[in-house]
Amino acid sequence: MVSLKEKMIHRALLLLSERKVDAVLGFQRGTIPMMSHPILIRHPEGADQLHWDSFCSTNLANYLPQRKERIAIFAKGCDSRNIVLQILENQIKREQLYIIGVPCQGMLDRRKVQAELNGRELLGVRETSQHLHLLGEGFMDSLERSSYLQENCAICTHRNAVIHDELLVEPVLEQEGVDRYEDVRAIEAMTASKRWSYFEELLAPCIRCYACRNACPMCFCPVCFVDESTPQWLGKSIDPTDTKTFHFLRAYHLAGRCTDCGNCERACPMSIKVRQLTKKLEKDILELYGYEAGLSLDQSPPLDTYSPDDPQEFIR
Amino acid sequence: MADRVIKKSEFIELIDRLLESYRVYAPVRQQDMTNFQEISAADQVDLSLANTTMSPKSIMLPQSETMFEFNVDKTSDQAAILRETEKDLSPRLIFGIRPCDAKAFQLLDLNFDTVAYKDPWWVARRKTTTLMGLACNAPCSTCFCTSVGSGPFAPEGLDLLLVDVDDYFLIQVITEKGEKLLNEEGIETEAAGAMKQAALASEKSSLQSIKSVVSAASLAQHDTKTLFDSDFWEEVQFACINCGVCTFVCPTCWCFDIQDEVHKDNGIRLRNWDSCMFPLFTLHGSGHNPRAQKLQRLRQRFMHKLKYFVDKYDKGVACVGCGRCVQQCPVNIDIREVFRLMND
Ligand code: SF4
Ligand code: SF4
Ligand code: SF4
Ligand code: SF4
Repeated sequence: MVSLKEKMIHRALLLLSERKVDAVLGFQRGTIPMMSHPILIRHPEGADQLHWDSFCSTNLANYLPQRKERIAIFAKGCDSRNIVLQILENQIKREQLYIIGVPCQGMLDRRKVQAELNGRELLGVRETSQHLHLLGEGFMDSLERSSYLQENCAICTHRNAVIHDELLVEPVLEQEGVDRYEDVRAIEAMTASKRWSYFEELLAPCIRCYACRNACPMCFCPVCFVDESTPQWLGKSIDPTDTKTFHFLRAYHLAGRCTDCGNCERACPMSIKVRQLTKKLEKDILELYGYEAGLSLDQSPPLDTYSPDDPQEFIR
Repeated sequence: MADRVIKKSEFIELIDRLLESYRVYAPVRQQDMTNFQEISAADQVDLSLANTTMSPKSIMLPQSETMFEFNVDKTSDQAAILRETEKDLSPRLIFGIRPCDAKAFQLLDLNFDTVAYKDPWWVARRKTTTLMGLACNAPCSTCFCTSVGSGPFAPEGLDLLLVDVDDYFLIQVITEKGEKLLNEEGIETEAAGAMKQAALASEKSSLQSIKSVVSAASLAQHDTKTLFDSDFWEEVQFACINCGVCTFVCPTCWCFDIQDEVHKDNGIRLRNWDSCMFPLFTLHGSGHNPRAQKLQRLRQRFMHKLKYFVDKYDKGVACVGCGRCVQQCPVNIDIREVFRLMND
């Protein structure tokens, strides 16, 4: 992926020195293996800090809401879809952005890789197009890249930026014939009581750190309902009812707005599959309104808008 | 006190025996991580990972605990009288705690067990809990304990320290509490010279393997206001998403919030972990928030650990170098880098 990185540096350098933008939003190499660090670069001299690999999964759109300057952003498919939604929801202006599409091969899941290590310490990784090589004290393992994709990336059907001012390289082929909802259907098929215990178990390890919420590029309310104190909607302990209320409400707030970028799941320190909730809503929105979030600036999320030919009787 | 030794196979029996007189906490597998949990049999213990994802802090300071109960029925003569919630303060044993995490308990003592203020439950739990530590033969690349006053074989804060030597554990006896436990269980075989040599060799190679180093030497000398106003905060804070991960996984973050929850006529007063990363942490009743900005909140976390604490207690930094925040921060904000920025 060296070439991608070099192209990024080159583009950032040019955009900054020609003052086309005030800042470039990208990634720096992480201080530990399989990690990356989002950075905002303001000066051409800083451009060579840019980095790109299969662990640049953080959704950079999360850093855009309410910014005032002109920003160039390196956008994977999912980042670009969140940018579309943020523009539609008035969090950032299209004119402020210079979107550089970065065709994406899917990001890798560091926890899946870690599970292969069995407690052995990883000192570095090397990537080739099909493989991830793990380097440690006295070992070098090779993993098939495709088996270690983040779960959302494995079923992603929009890997190329849906909105952009330029593409860094040629678009990648989009995955076709992907079954996005196999897991959701399995949960739907459960009896109500089984489904309830499934969710109870799913959320039991939650420590209410809110990393999943804060990692989400679509969570930008000035005060989250979880943090409201007059009145206080939600208990602050780790009482399972409060925890579930947080998760269910968070998911509902994302109905028709979630792009399944996976930033929530990736951020969770307890490896909780929080996408199990948002994906169900994604499926419902698709079935009810035929809408996929963030594909076009001409289509607002269905729950943000009103249409005179809404199929539902009650709203007319 | 002379080192003892026990065969690993006998050690498993020992844990099972101890379960009769102690509530035993140890690392237990949870999917792809381990965390401290109360166990009911020795075979639940999983020592295959270098350390637990969450620190053992919650054993002493639960994430959420009911302190008092009360009644709000105004017609009752018990109305609005706080009754302390009964707690199980019977003897406990934490097995497999790492030296850094034991050191963290000592740092928390500075806050919860002072001359002026004694947190009754913290103090009671500390008293009734025996810490049977496990030395780190293979520290992680993110461990920097040796830079901050601890170390992979550091005895501070522990009652006993086990060193894994092939089929045996060498047991260093550190406190009388630890010695009493061994004597009661009849673990009296003294470690032979060869065993001690092997343990020393492990310690040496472990120390050598720690490559992660931070410098804290100048923190006390730096001017607080200058650090506070430094330009570097702007850069450090950019990527932060202000979640509570770093503070919740940290063994030395001690902040809490107190809340009442009332259902019908009955109420409870809870103490919950809180985090300086959350806006609500500093929100005043008036609506004013002195730390309304992300930068201010992030700066607080690092200034508290690496400057205010240093100045207030003169006991070094409020960080034991466990590396959890480095491993778990979703956007790779690395405290070792902040050490460099603040110290140099
Ligand atoms: S969701 Fe799609 S575009 Fe986003 S990182 Fe995964 S594969 Fe790439
Ligand atoms: S990130 Fe994970 S642990 Fe934290 S609140 Fe979300 S689900 Fe719970
Ligand atoms: S430093 Fe990292 S873990 Fe801590 S609040 Fe910021 S993003 Fe979360
Ligand atoms: S600040 Fe980080 S490294 Fe230091 S004790 Fe806390 S979690 Fe461990």
